[in-house]
Amino acid sequence: MTAPSQPRVVQTTGEVLGLRRAGDYHVLTLTAPGLPELTRPGHFVALGVGGPHTSMLLRRAFSIHSVQSRGVYGGSLEIVFATHGKGTEWLSRLHRHDQVDIVGPLGRPFALPREPVSCVLVAGGYGSAPMFMLADALRARGCRVDVVLGAATESKLFGVLDAKRIAATLTITTDDGSAGEKGRVTDVLPGVLERTDADVVYACGPMPMLRAVAKVAAAHGAYSQCAVEESMACGIGICMTCVLPVVGDDGVTRMLRSCVDGPVFRGDRVRWDEVGTVPPDTLGAPVSGGHS
Amino acid sequence: MTRAVITHGPRPDAVSAVPDVDMTTNLAGAVLPSPVLTASGCAAAGRELDQFFDITQIGAVVTKSIMLNPRSGRATPRMAETPSGMLNSIGLQGPGIDDFVDRDLAWLRARGARSVVSIAGGSIDEYTRLASKLRHVPDITAIEVNISCPNVEDRGLVFACHAASAAEVVAAVRRNTAPGIPVLAKLSPDVTDIVEIARAVVDAGADGLSMINTLLGMVIDTDTLRPALAGVTGGLSGPAIRPVAVRCVYQVHAAMPDVPILGMGGIRNGLDALEFVLAGASAVSVGTVTFHDPSAPLRVSRELAVALAERGFERLEDAVGYAHRHPDLAPVAGGPARGHGGDADPLVADADLTAGGEG
Repeated sequence: MTAPSQPRVVQTTGEVLGLRRAGDYHVLTLTAPGLPELTRPGHFVALGVGGPHTSMLLRRAFSIHSVQSRGVYGGSLEIVFATHGKGTEWLSRLHRHDQVDIVGPLGRPFALPREPVSCVLVAGGYGSAPMFMLADALRARGCRVDVVLGAATESKLFGVLDAKRIAATLTITTDDGSAGEKGRVTDVLPGVLERTDADVVYACGPMPMLRAVAKVAAAHGAYSQCAVEESMACGIGICMTCVLPVVGDDGVTRMLRSCVDGPVFRGDRVRWDEVGTVPPDTLGAPVSGGHS
Repeated sequence: MTRAVITHGPRPDAVSAVPDVDMTTNLAGAVLPSPVLTASGCAAAGRELDQFFDITQIGAVVTKSIMLNPRSGRATPRMAETPSGMLNSIGLQGPGIDDFVDRDLAWLRARGARSVVSIAGGSIDEYTRLASKLRHVPDITAIEVNISCPNVEDRGLVFACHAASAAEVVAAVRRNTAPGIPVLAKLSPDVTDIVEIARAVVDAGADGLSMINTLLGMVIDTDTLRPALAGVTGGLSGPAIRPVAVRCVYQVHAAMPDVPILGMGGIRNGLDALEFVLAGASAVSVGTVTFHDPSAPLRVSRELAVALAERGFERLEDAVGYAHRHPDLAPVAGGPARGHGGDADPLVADADLTAGGEG
């Protein structure tokens, strides 16, 4: 029989330490003893919503924005969220000392370069949440970090001040031109990659943005690491709902779980144009007409 | 295997000491130290959950239904949350039986966990070949035959909805399975008379019944104005379906009190599990709720022990089918043991009841 070794994941009841607004978003701080020490940039947590007798059974997944391993609370974490459903509405109404069931850290974090290379971090909306921990880790390795933040409008940018502090350069785009350059992150990204001679692009945000960023990175010969957003039920790899088509080392496409095989994938491995489908050459794909 | 640190604060259902109740159950010949199992499709093959609780401590891991060949499953979206439940349309994604045996079952065996292997097929031949492949695999606790998954490729082949085809599948699996390994048929609730299907599969050789599978359901996205799932319809599971499941178990147990039942459908805590046991289940599976609480199977097992102890049951098996007793013989406050003047086995006194427990 195999014996348990050191834990990699924690299930704990967190207590709300704070909930504040940041533009159109909410930043929730929870006690999470034991979790900070295990967390790497790109990890996420799956939160139970609605309290102990909730009718909302599915956990909500959020990138970990920051962790604090010391302090009177013996470990805490922050997540950033937008209200777009019953679960996040419940989270947005939490008060100090309320309890939230936390499972984490989950998923595969961002892969970090061994050499002090030039890195560009690209985020859409609150996709920037995990990027600050990542920037710290990269800078600790001597990497140059440049940041591109994009959103529909200024109030949907997250972490602009922090980004200014950590980035060699910060480029901002908004769809409506209310902040930075009017347009999309991918409009400015080629110039940033050129200027910084970037080796790696890290991206987190909506799927269409990731698809576009991965293509721009590939065109510039840069590796890309993309943290995907797929709806999940469990976050721990047992429900099989959060899959997307990804090409493996063997060249074979499989439907991989974004919760345990991701959420961070190599941008050149995800079949972005076919996300939401099962490409016909996927391992075990239906012979014709689909599994009805 | 690494294990999660579970650090829950005090909560109403917290259980610290497990009371001295004999939780051993005999599920169609498989003797299990705990009557709480995982549910097919809600635990993968146990490895992920072993991070959250010791999977050797529960009755068995019921693995996700495996088919003969690797299978990609369906496109996304594959799930939608519903009130106290969820709809899923995964499409039986899986690595195929050979890879499953080599990796997943080998891992469960090395881990020392009991495994109930769920199999699914699109034809009698596929079920036959699956059973034949498993025949030579050591240490399988039981085989669960998924004849009722509404997601299989050809809608014309929902075996579970027709007594004759359900029986044909079960007979093929039973014929090709080693004699000592129980074969459980998993029944669909989407039938007019579940007792009729239950009788057919038992006559065909099923050693026990797993019930219930998901109910076919549908959600329409009011923003896109389209079905929410890529597969259009999906299987409804979770506490929302629990009363349906309890009813099915009760009806089948009333009709065939000697047929062992593995009950499942929305079990969230020990009292939910107890409902199934009282209705006639010898063991239960915790399914969808595991998505919500990954430590649920072991927690439910402990809570069930507490619930039994609180009601004066010293052995789980004494509670199986207890709800079928004649109302006049219902225990007074204080539990069955005291209600029967200290009789340790409350069902012994009820041997003349038509719908007694299995004892």
